[in-house]
Amino acid sequence: MRKTYKLYIGGEFPRSESGRSYVVSAADGTPLANAVRGSRKDLRDAVRAARKAFPGWAGRTAMNRGQILYRVAELMEGRRDQFVAEVRQAEGLKPDAAANVVARAIDRWVWYAGWADKIAQVLGSSNPVAADYFNFTIPEPSGVVGVVAPEPSSLLGLVSRLAPPLVAGNAVVVLTSESRPLPAITLTEVLATSDVPGGVVNALTGRKKELVPVLANHADVDAIDVWGVPDELRRDAELAAAESVKRVARRPSGTTDARFDWLDDAASERPEWIAAYLEMKTVWHPIGV
Amino acid sequence: MSESAKLRPWSGDRAPADWGLGDGQAIPWEYAPAPESRDIVTLKSRYGLFIDGREVAAQGGAVFESVNPATEEVLAEVAKASPADVDKAIRAAGRAQKTRWGNLPGRERAKYLFRIARILQERAREFAVLESMDSGKPIKESRDVDVPLVAAHFWYYAGWADKLEYAFPGRVAKPLGVAAQVIPWNFPLLMLAWKIAPALAAGNTVVLKPASTTPLSALLFAEVCRQADLPPGVVNIVPGPAAIGMHLVSHPGVDKVAFTGSTEVGKLIHKATAGTDKAITLELGGKAANIVFEDAALDQAVEGIVNGIYFNQGEVCCAGSRLLVQESVQGPLIEKLKDRLSTIRVGDPLDKNTDVGAINSKAQLEKITELVASGVEEGAEIYQPACDLPDRGWFFRPTLFTNVAQSHRIAKEEIFGPVLSVLTFRTPDEAVEKANNTPYGLSAGIWTEKGSRILWMVRQMRAGVVWANTFNRFDPTSPFGGYKESGFGREGGMHGLHAYVRLERR
Repeated sequence: MRKTYKLYIGGEFPRSESGRSYVVSAADGTPLANAVRGSRKDLRDAVRAARKAFPGWAGRTAMNRGQILYRVAELMEGRRDQFVAEVRQAEGLKPDAAANVVARAIDRWVWYAGWADKIAQVLGSSNPVAADYFNFTIPEPSGVVGVVAPEPSSLLGLVSRLAPPLVAGNAVVVLTSESRPLPAITLTEVLATSDVPGGVVNALTGRKKELVPVLANHADVDAIDVWGVPDELRRDAELAAAESVKRVARRPSGTTDARFDWLDDAASERPEWIAAYLEMKTVWHPIGV
Repeated sequence: MSESAKLRPWSGDRAPADWGLGDGQAIPWEYAPAPESRDIVTLKSRYGLFIDGREVAAQGGAVFESVNPATEEVLAEVAKASPADVDKAIRAAGRAQKTRWGNLPGRERAKYLFRIARILQERAREFAVLESMDSGKPIKESRDVDVPLVAAHFWYYAGWADKLEYAFPGRVAKPLGVAAQVIPWNFPLLMLAWKIAPALAAGNTVVLKPASTTPLSALLFAEVCRQADLPPGVVNIVPGPAAIGMHLVSHPGVDKVAFTGSTEVGKLIHKATAGTDKAITLELGGKAANIVFEDAALDQAVEGIVNGIYFNQGEVCCAGSRLLVQESVQGPLIEKLKDRLSTIRVGDPLDKNTDVGAINSKAQLEKITELVASGVEEGAEIYQPACDLPDRGWFFRPTLFTNVAQSHRIAKEEIFGPVLSVLTFRTPDEAVEKANNTPYGLSAGIWTEKGSRILWMVRQMRAGVVWANTFNRFDPTSPFGGYKESGFGREGGMHGLHAYVRLERR
């Protein structure tokens, strides 16, 4: 039986309101499925769902968020074979290589999940101001983050970019890999059965050329990850982001989406990727009897 | 204190006027027993030592009994470690540290610790019931406080195992080696977690000696280690008397000593490391001041005071055992406190309604009784709510002393029981003076609605943990430990890692 791959918005799996789809092929050219071609309206719905889910997710205790994301790893483990098969088809990998990619993706959730209750300890501070004030700085999530997922790395790249804003407490709208979207949709099925509340992650498949400008222009998106934005769209996306003062997260300079080595833990496991979606709040309080 | 509440010790609730009981009359109901089932715990008749991944008998076959302090029944026989057993455990730990655990990448150590946390969550109720049976603490505390914190602790440090470079920027954190850990009987499993989780996360292996009155949860934890496929020798557990603890910490094969217990024993352990390269942390006694200012929310403060001193029968090193109350609110506060005391339910630790369970041992009960007698003798005014105590087992009524002078033994010595000494002050400076007038410095409590005063008091307190408008809060992310003779080093949080690493240049 063939599977229908759909969008993931607000904890549900709708087709596009536009009724459109596009053919997704395996790395060897074999047609695999019709993926939904998400529309401008779908994206706006996704942002609305994310905004609605944000306060609840940000309001969870850090430990609770960490446990929930760890459980995503546990559930992926249970679907390991399915992910391996899909990554293999999508990326044209040998079985061992695909299995390794999936194992790294599971470990990556665990690594980032562990940060949930530590990032504030590493990035926050108590500031010895030169007066009788208690002054401290705490990180808080930015809000709604748009993630344009890496194009070639359909699962590991996606997880590596999705986990950082999530562990920080943001709600996310993801534009999946356009040419290899299927593992991402299977990941949303994992998220839907995990304890990640509906709307915290929303995923759209479709044409980046059509959707990136909408995401970058959306005034209710607080930050955008332009990692997977095609080069020819990136400058315009960042110009649009500036209009509503979005935080822009980029690839490290000198790297390319096509050749980034996601299997390199040191390159892909970075607390600064979490910090990219955090605001720092400083509190002053007088000291005196 | 109204007469009605004295007559009906179980019922602090006041009846509404239309109940026909008379206005403000205490409701004459009692709580039906609500015992937690013991079926979830399968006690073995005999527990061995846990050395090198296996349960083994002590050399020479010596055993001791672990007793349920609420019933005085023997729960099980436990192998009593000999010095030779401890030597064996230290060798196993050293081997495991050098050949396996110390070389494992942090991310692999993390996986074991996450797995342990998960198993502890899965077996939470079993641990809670066993802990209450062996220690006497009420099930609602072991179930809602101890065991969840235990799992959370492993969880938190699991996440550090592969992130040590971020805890110590610019330095490389190496494990110390073998950690000798000696823990007390008041929070048997929680103290185990505080000790083992950071040690393992940083790449050390451990030999842990649980208290001789509460070894069972540690031995059940040994089973969890096996379930989690933890490599043999990484965790070793050697129950036994105090002398075995001294043998353990004095052993040349040990690189790090961690102790929680009395200041008296802490000093001996500190001396045992003198002249060696052993790293050491001590978490010792306390005589915390819980300070209530006149502008405090009194009802909230009463709850905090009760939680501060009657939590875990007062057998808590950071217990708020000295209540410092501003003179102007002494009257109403003490009245509210006595009223609240009459609602405290003392009895079967496994009853879900029990607030104060059994005192951990006969010796401890005798110590409490003796100190309370000294309070009466020295002229303090005693108050105890009228409540029935079970016929068997070791129990003590929640006790409140007023008219306490700073020179009284009950104001100076750590009682480690449900006994509160009330002193008064007039000015903030006097509160500071009295609060710090102790060789201890573990914790302090401050009750005021004025934020700037809280922070001013925080600055004055010579104590490692200061609770403001709350008391006895614990979290794996939050460092805990004392000033002065309450010990040194911190457990919990990022600071808790320091105790288990050697920092080298990159």
